This record gives sequence, C-alpha cells and structure tokens, in this order.
Amino acid sequence: MKKKITFKLNGEMRSVEVEPNDILLEVLRGKLGVKTPKYACGRGDCGACTILLNGKSVRSCLIFAIEVDGAEIVTLEGLSKDGLTPLQESFIEHNSFQCGFCAPGMTLTATELLEKNPHPTEEEVKEAIAGNLCRCTGYVSIIEAILDASKKQ
Amino acid sequence: MEELKYVGKSFTRLDERDKVTGAARYVDDLDFGPNLLYAEIVESPYPHALIKSIDTSEAEKVPGVVKVVTGKDFPYRFGLYMHDRYVFAQDRVRFIGEQVAAVLARNPKAAKKAAKLVKVEYEELPYVLDQMEALKDNAPIIHPDLANYWHVPWYFPKPGTNIAHWRKVRKGDVEKAFAEADFVFEDTYRVPRYAHCCIEPHISVALYDYSGRITVWSSSQSPHTQRNLFAQALAPLGISHKDIRVVVPYVGGGFGGKAGVSMEILAVALATVVKGHPVKVRWTRAQEFYNTYMRQALVSKIKVGVKKDGTIVALKNELYWDAGPYAEYGANVVNAAGLSATGPYRIPNVWIDSICVYTNKPAAGPYRGFGYSETHFAIESHMTRVAKMIGMDPVEFRRKNAIRRGDPVAYGAPMNPNGLIEAIDKVAKEVEWGKKEESKDPNKVIGKGFAIFWKAPAMPPNTSSAAFLKFSEDGSINIVVSGMEIGQGYMTVMAQIAAEILSVPIEKIRVELPDTDRNPYEWQTVASHVTWSCGNAVKRAALDAREQIFEVVHQAYHLEKETLYLEDEKVKCKTDPEFQLPLKDFVINGIQTHDGTYRGGPILGRGIFMPEFTTTVDDPETSQGGHPNVHYTVGAGAVVLEIDKETGKMRVLKAVEAVDAGKAINPDLVKGQINGGLLQGLATVLYEDMRFDDKGKVLNPNFTDYKIPTAMDVPKEIVPIIVEVPQPDGPFGARGISEHTMIPAAPMVANAVEDALGIRIKSMPVTAEKVALAILQGKKEVE
Repeated sequence: MKKKITFKLNGEMRSVEVEPNDILLEVLRGKLGVKTPKYACGRGDCGACTILLNGKSVRSCLIFAIEVDGAEIVTLEGLSKDGLTPLQESFIEHNSFQCGFCAPGMTLTATELLEKNPHPTEEEVKEAIAGNLCRCTGYVSIIEAILDASKKQ
Repeated sequence: MEELKYVGKSFTRLDERDKVTGAARYVDDLDFGPNLLYAEIVESPYPHALIKSIDTSEAEKVPGVVKVVTGKDFPYRFGLYMHDRYVFAQDRVRFIGEQVAAVLARNPKAAKKAAKLVKVEYEELPYVLDQMEALKDNAPIIHPDLANYWHVPWYFPKPGTNIAHWRKVRKGDVEKAFAEADFVFEDTYRVPRYAHCCIEPHISVALYDYSGRITVWSSSQSPHTQRNLFAQALAPLGISHKDIRVVVPYVGGGFGGKAGVSMEILAVALATVVKGHPVKVRWTRAQEFYNTYMRQALVSKIKVGVKKDGTIVALKNELYWDAGPYAEYGANVVNAAGLSATGPYRIPNVWIDSICVYTNKPAAGPYRGFGYSETHFAIESHMTRVAKMIGMDPVEFRRKNAIRRGDPVAYGAPMNPNGLIEAIDKVAKEVEWGKKEESKDPNKVIGKGFAIFWKAPAMPPNTSSAAFLKFSEDGSINIVVSGMEIGQGYMTVMAQIAAEILSVPIEKIRVELPDTDRNPYEWQTVASHVTWSCGNAVKRAALDAREQIFEVVHQAYHLEKETLYLEDEKVKCKTDPEFQLPLKDFVINGIQTHDGTYRGGPILGRGIFMPEFTTTVDDPETSQGGHPNVHYTVGAGAVVLEIDKETGKMRVLKAVEAVDAGKAINPDLVKGQINGGLLQGLATVLYEDMRFDDKGKVLNPNFTDYKIPTAMDVPKEIVPIIVEVPQPDGPFGARGISEHTMIPAAPMVANAVEDALGIRIKSMPVTAEKVALAILQGKKEVE
C-alpha cells in the first residue's frame, strides 16, 4: 500500500510515494537522487548513512521513509550548496579523508557537534564521532580538522 | 641535486574536495536506469556437501523475478594464480555462504523473496575447519580434482591432499647450526582470521549489451586484472578482452579485499543471461565478511638458535595457513610470507616451510600486510623472548642482527639499501626505551613493547604499470593511468611526480580513474607497489613529454635541446636568458615558424615500467637461485601500554612507528598511512575477534559484534617517523609504505604485555579477557 509523503530535503519541498516498509536511506538514494548517505552496514553500526533529521544526526538506514513525512532533512548535498563550510575547508587542509566513504556521515555528525558545542575538547570530539566508523585514517586527521575548525569559529 | 619543488612536499590531496563535498561517486551512486536488475544469491548452509538437486520453479513464480540461475548455467573455474574457484558451486559446496544459485529481479524485495523459495537438496560430507586437522591422513579432501587445475609454475599443489601450495626455503644447514648454537628456543604462535572491513561493501554492476560487449562497474583495486580474469572465465562464450570494459570510480576502501576477483564475477556471469539489462550485485555487510576474502589464519612453529653474544645463527619456521576452500590468491600470500619468514634479520641458516591448506571455512586471501602481519606476530614475539632469555636487551638484539644492505636474504639475493638501523634508533629514542614507567593508579601497570618489520611487494616477476600524460590548451595535464585511488593518496603522488618533471603546479593536474577501454595497463593496486611502479611509469611519461617539448622547440627555434629546461610552466634556455616560452602557447597547437607553418602538435607522454631483474626461476626445494622480490621496505614500531591488573583492559598511551619510505613524495600522506595502518594493526591485536560455530559459520559478521576501532580507541599519542634511505630504482628514491604500517602492531603489544606483567600471550588477539584470566590463574604463558 503506497503512501505519498512530503518533506523538505536540502531546502526544497519534495514528494515521493513509498511503501510502509521502505527504508529512508534507499528512498533518498534510489528515488530522490541523493547519493551522499551511503549503505555500509544496514543496521546503524557505522554511521555512513548519517543525515540531519530536523537538525539531529540520525541513521537513515534505521528509519522508515514514511516516518519523515513533514520533516526537514539535510544531507551533505545540502551542506555544500552555498560553498564549503569552514569545517569542510578544514577537512581539505588536513587531508582528513582517505577513501572518503565515511566522509558524508562524518561531516554531518561533526557539523552537528560544532553547532551544539562550538568549542569541544578532544575527548568530546572523539565521543561525538565514535558512531561514525572510518577504516582508513585512524581518525587522527579527522579529529585534528574538527578541532582546528572549532578554533577558527 | 637540484632542489625539488613538488616532490617531498605535503600538498593537499587531489581527491579531497570531491570527498568532502560528496561529489565523489562510488559504484552504488551511479544510476543504471529502470532496466536494472537486482541479484540475490542463494547460499550454502553447509560447510561441505554435494548438491543433489536444485528446484527453482517456485522462485520463478514470484512477481518481478526475471530469471533464476544455478551453477549449471556457469560451469566455469577461474582464479588469479590457480583456477580453483568457481563462479557458482557446481557439484559440491565447500563453505557456509557459498553461492549456489541466484535470482534476478526487477526490485531487491522480489529477489530476496524468491531466493528463499529456491529449493536445494544436499548430501552432507565430512568437513574440516582447522588447517592442522586438514593435513592429517584421514581428513576429507576438499578438491579431489586438484591435479587438473591450471596454476602458475611457482605454485606447488599436492594433489590427493589439502595442500594448495608449499613454499620451501632452505639456506645453509639449520640442524648443524642448532647443534652448534649456545641457545636454542622453540615455540608455537597462532594468528586467527580477520576481516578487511572496508566501509564500502563489495559491489559490481555488469551490462551485456546487444552488440556483445560487457561493461562492468566495480569497486576494485584491479580493473585490468579483473578484465583479464573475466575474459578467461567467459572465453567459452566467445568473449575476449576487447569485449570487456571495466570501469572503476572511487573505491571506498580496499586493504587487499578488493584485489583480484571475488564476488565481482557474479554480476558479469549473470549479465550474460539477461542481455540488455544491467545487473547489480551488492554485498551486505554480512556477505562482506564471509564471501569475499578474509585474512588467512596461521600457525607458526618457530625455532631460533643464537650465540652467547646474541648473534642469530639459525631459524626454522613452519607456517601452516588456513586458506579456506579457494586458494587462487591466498596461496600467493603463503608464498610471499614464506620467502620472507625470517623477518628482517641476517640469518645464515634458514629452513622455512610455508604450507597453504584448504579448509571448509570461508575463502581467504590478500589483506594489508599480505602474510607479513601474521608471520611477524610470531617472529617478533619470539625474538624478544630469545633476547630476554640470553639476557640481552631486545632492541640491542635487533640492532645486532638487523639485516643490512647487501646481506643475503633467505632466498639468497642481496638486501636493498635500507634504513632499518635508523628506524630502530629513532623509535627507541622516541619511546624512551629502557626507561621504566609507572602508573599513578596502583591497579595499573605500564609496559613497553618493540618490533621491527619488513615487507616486499608480492608480485609475479613481470608485473607492469603504464601511463599516458596529455596536455590541454591551457597547459593543464591529465594523467591517464589505471592505478586505483583506494584512499592512500595515489592520485596526489602521481601528480607530484609529473609536476616535478614538467614544472606544472599540481592544481593544474588531474589523475584519471581507471577505465580499461581508455586507460593504459596497470597490473593491480596491491602490494604497496604503485608509488614505486606506477610512479616510475608516470615519471617516464613526463620525461617523454618533456623530450617532445624540447624537440619541438628545437625544431622551431633551432635551440640545442641540451640547453633547454622547464621552469614555472615555461621552456627556458640556459644560454639565452631572454628565451621564455609558456607551455600553454604550444602544447596543443604547436609553434609557428617564420614562414607561417607550424611545428609540433599535441604533446602526449607515454611511460611504462616493468622490473627487469626479477625472476621466479629457482629451485623449488630450496628457493635459491631466483630473485622473486623487487625490494623490501623496512621499519620499526613501539608501544607504551597501560594495563588494568583487575580487568585486563589495555590502553595505548603512546605508539611510535618509523617506516623507510625511501623518499616520502608527500610526507603528510605517509603520516596518514602510519596513523591509519597502526590503528588497523592495533585493532587486530586488541579488539577484533572473529568467531565461528562448529560448522565454520561466522557468528559475528557485523560491526556490533566484530569490533573495529572507533575514534574512542585512538592511542593517546601517535608519533609517525619517516626514514628516507633512497630506493635506487624508485621515482625520486621512493618505495611503498602503506601495507607495512600495520605489521608491527600485534607483536609490539604482546611484547609490552610481557614487559608489564611477565605474561607471554602466544595467540592473537591479545584481549583483556586473556590478560585478566592469566593474572587470575597465575599463568606465565597463554597458548
């Protein structure tokens, strides 16, 4: 039984028909052309599918699409719309990402952190991004970039 | 030597903007239109069984299902170095999770539903999960047809047994040397299996179009090798190399798991039965664990003889590897590790047996470190123990026995120039070796552990890299190569090498991702060899372009080529300081001469590189007489480890690692490799713990139960150290360092545990549970 849902996606109102058991991640990627949230574990372990739902970072692989009717969603596409944020500039400067697959989720989680806590300690940064797995970098270059961005803001 | 402007500088990555903006596209981000079909795989529930029958009739009735196929549709074997792997299981299955049949459907839900309705009747066979059991006389034979499999001449399978390959190294007379040694010590170490855990799961999409061409989009380290293996496997269908195109966009991590061909062939085979439909096979996280490659498990029985003064006189190392049921790639891990299972030591008498054993666990193969991480746990644990037993400091023992330039390695060839001693000294100093540290917390103790390492690229002797380099009208450059940016920073390093030769800033250089129709050949992005090998090809392509530039300037202006040089994107002349010709003025459209005609045309550089001194022509009984490895990269690592005596919980207070990069083309990227590789190595010893049930089913194929490190697990302090003893045949002296960075992690932790508590743990992982139980039970050794 399909149902039409409408929500704000990266600043734009979008409507789409979904089955009640359609996963938000697959709807975003498959039906709405938003490709930065990635499938990697499908069970909320890794954070590669992180999006901002009403301003909060959530795992889009754990949410049914039907739940976001009327909500506001921001993905990395939305974050980069008006040029790079200082955090993104800092990631570039620090060569933060290697393969880059975790970058969208990591960036949204770190963005949320810096909004809530503009000057986090190193421990707070580590704790905030602990739900976003990265297999390449050992996290060092990512943590440094977030701390550096926070100093500049 | 002239000062380098681009090489040796920490430029920001060429691909970083793509990645932080989300512009980077991975295979699953590509759109294939409404004709796309999704594949769901029917998997074996048994570790070893005969397939008696398969009934697909119910599955075919599910709405949305287009086709259901079984092994009968694809009676093909394939493999990189031995054809022991099947596209789909034929008469028998050999591990839990093996592909038996597949459903192709218009949507994933229909495919999943139908796959459950495929009825397979099996007859269970005896199975064997442990490599030591599989070597016994009464063990079930996993490949009765082993004698008929094609393999490279340097594989030595033993038909009638479960031995897929046996590498023997014999040098000197070990028994005599043990008899004459002042001290001999022998023990056994165990390393379990591990998973790569790339964040991007394996994925492959293939289209067999109406013209008969196959295009494959895959997440791969090996586009050309994939094309070669696909062409070999599908040759019975009349498909040749030119009919296959492999396109690889960005790859979300490799670590060896995306080398060669594993699941990718499924999409290719399936596409051939549904012409005109792209077919997508995307692995779930669970499949990622049990049906790609794992890292092989190892049992290492090691015996070392020394003189009173600490000189190592003999080493015997018996290595037994659990390869799972398919060893086409894994046996080369066994081969490479066997050739180098002395560790980076000068040892006159050597006996190594490296034995690749078939089991009914999932298939295993290449993983960052390629056997060296595994062997070094045993070697480097053992060397510390031997040193201590003869009353010698473990670092001094290593300094004394470290292999030096010109020393013969185990197979007789001379060791390349290297900075091993410098690495040892720098790490020892940084970690304040010899200084005992105490925790402020009385429940905690602090230990220090040290390890050294080496690793050579494991490659067939004639592997090669190739590069094209082309200019555009504004003097910008596209480098067209087929090495893979798997995160290591390959693109940036290639651009820096070309920039150095051509004086073009790296902002004006692009490095293109592979497409086998257009990009020239690269064997594979494995073995940590692309900086060295493809770097040489790119350097030669840039030199070729420079020669063409000088030639056209010579023709148009009659300046002697020897007087010309490039600086700031201009051709300049040593004898005529007034002469300055910007590259952009002529690299496409040529140079106009006095009569109005033009000279030159598009500048197009070409470079290839293949080592011409390597050979695998050796005596299989001794491995003497050949030169299988191009060179070794060396280094050292140390850890300061704090241990809670009540819980066994460990925390890395400081980790130091030095690696000899020859020349760090981009020091920041080298440090990035050390940070990342060290944590991946520390994870294998401290966190990751793969569990199987009694039939070989993986019990924890997910990130909830198989713990890869989070940001909370980063050592308190990491000190990366770069050593630079140039590699004579490397581009600007560079050699590879990426895989190496994880090798010393496991033994240095085990050595630190012994330093802190006097407890020797001889099996990985070294978990808090093992440590706490040993303390509780008063054990000094843990098997």
